[in-house]
Amino acid sequence: MSAATQDPAPARIALVLLGAALAAAIFLLPLAAVLAEALRRGWEPAWTAISDPDSIAAIRLTLLVAAIAVPINAAGGIAAAWAIAKCDFAGKRVLITLIELPFSVSPVISGLVYVLLFGAQGYFGPALRAYGFEIIFALPGLVLATVFVTFPFVARTLIPLMQEQGREEEEAAATLGAGGWQIFLRVTLPNVKWALLAGVLLCNARAMGEFGAVSVVSGHIRGQTNTMPLHVEILYNEYMFVGAFAVAALLALLGVVTLAAKTLLETLTARRIGEHA
Amino acid sequence: MSFPTFSRREAFAVAGAMAAAPVRGQTVPTLLNVSYDPTREFYREFNAAFAAQWAARGNQRPTINTSHGGSGRQARAVIDGLGADVVTLALAYDIDEIAGRGLLARDWQTRLPENSTPYTSTIVFLVRRGNPKGLRDWGDLLKPGVAVITPNPKTSGGARWNYLALWAWALRQPGGSAATAEEATGQLFRQVPVLDTGARGSTTTFVQRRQGDVLLAWENEAHLALREFPQAGLEIVYPPFSILAEPPVAVVDQNVERRGTRSIAEAYLNHLYSDEGQRIAAKHFYRPRHADLLRAAGDRFPTIELVTIDGAFGGWGSAQRTHFSDGGVFDRIYRPGR
Repeated sequence: MSAATQDPAPARIALVLLGAALAAAIFLLPLAAVLAEALRRGWEPAWTAISDPDSIAAIRLTLLVAAIAVPINAAGGIAAAWAIAKCDFAGKRVLITLIELPFSVSPVISGLVYVLLFGAQGYFGPALRAYGFEIIFALPGLVLATVFVTFPFVARTLIPLMQEQGREEEEAAATLGAGGWQIFLRVTLPNVKWALLAGVLLCNARAMGEFGAVSVVSGHIRGQTNTMPLHVEILYNEYMFVGAFAVAALLALLGVVTLAAKTLLETLTARRIGEHA
Repeated sequence: MSFPTFSRREAFAVAGAMAAAPVRGQTVPTLLNVSYDPTREFYREFNAAFAAQWAARGNQRPTINTSHGGSGRQARAVIDGLGADVVTLALAYDIDEIAGRGLLARDWQTRLPENSTPYTSTIVFLVRRGNPKGLRDWGDLLKPGVAVITPNPKTSGGARWNYLALWAWALRQPGGSAATAEEATGQLFRQVPVLDTGARGSTTTFVQRRQGDVLLAWENEAHLALREFPQAGLEIVYPPFSILAEPPVAVVDQNVERRGTRSIAEAYLNHLYSDEGQRIAAKHFYRPRHADLLRAAGDRFPTIELVTIDGAFGGWGSAQRTHFSDGGVFDRIYRPGR
């Protein structure tokens, strides 16, 4: 038994109540408000707003951007975590800091750097445009900005676990004659698969919801470069409040489903570890 | 609240979906209009009208996309590569900036009639019903305890018109000079609790969040707010004196050459000057250039004394340099948190 559970009952109850009240006020209330606004005139207008072609285009674009950005970040995150946890090299701390950079930089800056690099007046923009490549205000720009903002999620979930697991199993595999890929696929990956999935889900939730960085590189063209969060803003600004909140509710729902999947996963993992112990 | 007619837009968007990836072989012609904030409703209707008219002339029905935001920000996006075929911005200076980067000819404003401005507007006051603070003229805004809502002149075209209207008013007061105008303008911005980046954001702040006593608004934006929120308890006050706001339009040469859309882009802008275009503009509370249409609109557009940017400030180039560039008058008078 830990010390916390031995605290006097009133203190424990007060703490739990405080936590629950805070969670309700900060998370549940706004979520409920979004839903209530979306359904203020019933299901019909909310559905009409979501099935509007521009909304559908926004939903498709959001899913497409996440579908490209999340695998990129999963691969990058695994590679970075592997390097940091299993290898020794100079500049490891620098790499860790770099991975965390997107957490500390404002998303608006993340968007602006790509405009600076690939915009029509940017370093590479004119050359790329001459060959017909559009980066900014097109799908590649949206993907780049999303990858930048959501890069740390997978790596940050994997690094502590992989460090904790150490390299004994990999070394044992190596002495038994396994090659690099074999070790990775048969030993490392199975050891971290649940954490990897959790990281991917978190990354996905953030990728779908990103606003700031994407707003800078989007150009806000309805039906073309407008993602769901940006579409919510446009609808809101056009006094289409039911529509704005309906799309917002759908976006929140996507996030909640993702998080629920992650929690379920964690519960299952915890049980599995419990069985092993 | 009204939703747009979907039947028509659905047809557009299905076409748009088929052309989701940039199609070079181009079956459905597309046009991108990069505009400023309060034109959303106007261009939604105008786009449908133009598409029908263009199709009726034996062309394939085009997909017309629009992008809206603060005028300065939109100009910046076009400079950075947003592929606008036409720009319809809040003021000439923002298009000058785009022309300065070589995207269109520097003499763009002479290419279409009326200074390339198919419709005009002005700046009015939107107040709470009954006008409880008694705001009738610009001087009333400077009274202590009056909270004024306006967007940021750095990013919003409408806000620059707001600022210049007040400046021009202050100059005309007895003993008025650049010094008194600067003082009046500084006073006004000290009474601004929320400075949004675009006109629409300010309208939402004033109408929805109920901040402030008066919104300095485009005439069309004020009327739209009345129509969208009949229950919000708002009314429009026309000050006896204001500024003639000229939001101009232009074809972006470099982009239409690259995409091969010059003919449709020019037809689109010319249609703004047609009877139909002018009538739609008037319906959305933009002052039409056709004198007979303006007269026919009657008291929809009250006659007030309007000063022009060329007359009072020597054009946008000079006004922008003096007031809104880095280190200009606005930077001097506006210090948040003072």
